[in-house]
Amino acid sequence: MIALARRAGKLALLLAMILCTPLLPGGSALAQTGTYNPETPADPATEARLKALSLELRCLVCQNQTIADSNADLAVDLRRIVRSQILEGKSDREIKEYLVARYGDFVLYKPPVQGNTTLLWFGPFALLLGGAGVWWLLSRKRSLAHAEAALSPDDEQKAKSLLDKD
Amino acid sequence: MRALRFGIPLAVFVLLVFFLGRGLWRDPREIPSVLVDKPVPAFTLPVLGSPDKKFSPADYRGKVWLLNVWGSWCISCQVEHPTLLALAKSNVVPIVGFDWKDKPDAAIKWLAQQGGDPYVFSVTDLDGRVAIDYGVYGAPETFLIDKEGMIRYKHIGPLDDKAVAEKLLPWIRKLNP
Repeated sequence: MIALARRAGKLALLLAMILCTPLLPGGSALAQTGTYNPETPADPATEARLKALSLELRCLVCQNQTIADSNADLAVDLRRIVRSQILEGKSDREIKEYLVARYGDFVLYKPPVQGNTTLLWFGPFALLLGGAGVWWLLSRKRSLAHAEAALSPDDEQKAKSLLDKD
Repeated sequence: MRALRFGIPLAVFVLLVFFLGRGLWRDPREIPSVLVDKPVPAFTLPVLGSPDKKFSPADYRGKVWLLNVWGSWCISCQVEHPTLLALAKSNVVPIVGFDWKDKPDAAIKWLAQQGGDPYVFSVTDLDGRVAIDYGVYGAPETFLIDKEGMIRYKHIGPLDDKAVAEKLLPWIRKLNP
């Protein structure tokens, strides 16, 4: 028990150390992009498709924003490319493939179902199943324990006499 | 039973700490490039300082060379610059600059301010159109290209002496025996 407590203490210390370590600016965290530049909108139909597509594409500089939300220089450039490809008559799929070929799957906000994303897609279901399994096992054990806790003949007699009093 | 009761949550906790800890130490900006082991995207761009001259990666067929994305607006390129100057001086590999979304005047001035030009020459990608073909999303970025015109390695962020010694030079030795 003491050994366990000591181990838990060590783990807590490790966790605290990990959590308290400031994020050092790794070399590439310094990477950046240029200044703002304007973009010229096209016809409303194109702009609507651009908007829909942009919402599915990640801005690689800001990472947690889509290129629709971001005004980073790169996002503006990417929007411009997507717009010109829409005007060229390319399909949404072709445009996405074009960007994936250059920036990788990371550019897609909705990751494709493939080998390295199985855990991402199916992990939650596996967890749910696991949880359900544990719950089932525990509740079964509990009902078994209940069944075993039957009254002894003596107690039964006592209970009966109490109930029969009236 | 008791062991399970403590053991399972402890194991889950340790696993969680492992993944969270790993996440802390990984650089989210380092996106593995899909372009590694792919042919270098073709372009023809004017050379900085002499816009009549043009450069295409095909001109460097048969050479092992570096393409370094920079810009005068890029602060971390200043951090990287001394390393590039030293690398250029050692004559191991020609470095071609890729001046990204920059004004040529500002770029030339910047190179003078940084204490030298490590590049054989730089090409200018004024509107950033070509950079998209290279999957560039931040400067500096450095591509190592082999004799067959294949990208063999990509470094994201400023190169330092350690990255040159441990990553770039071994690769260059391998490609340039």
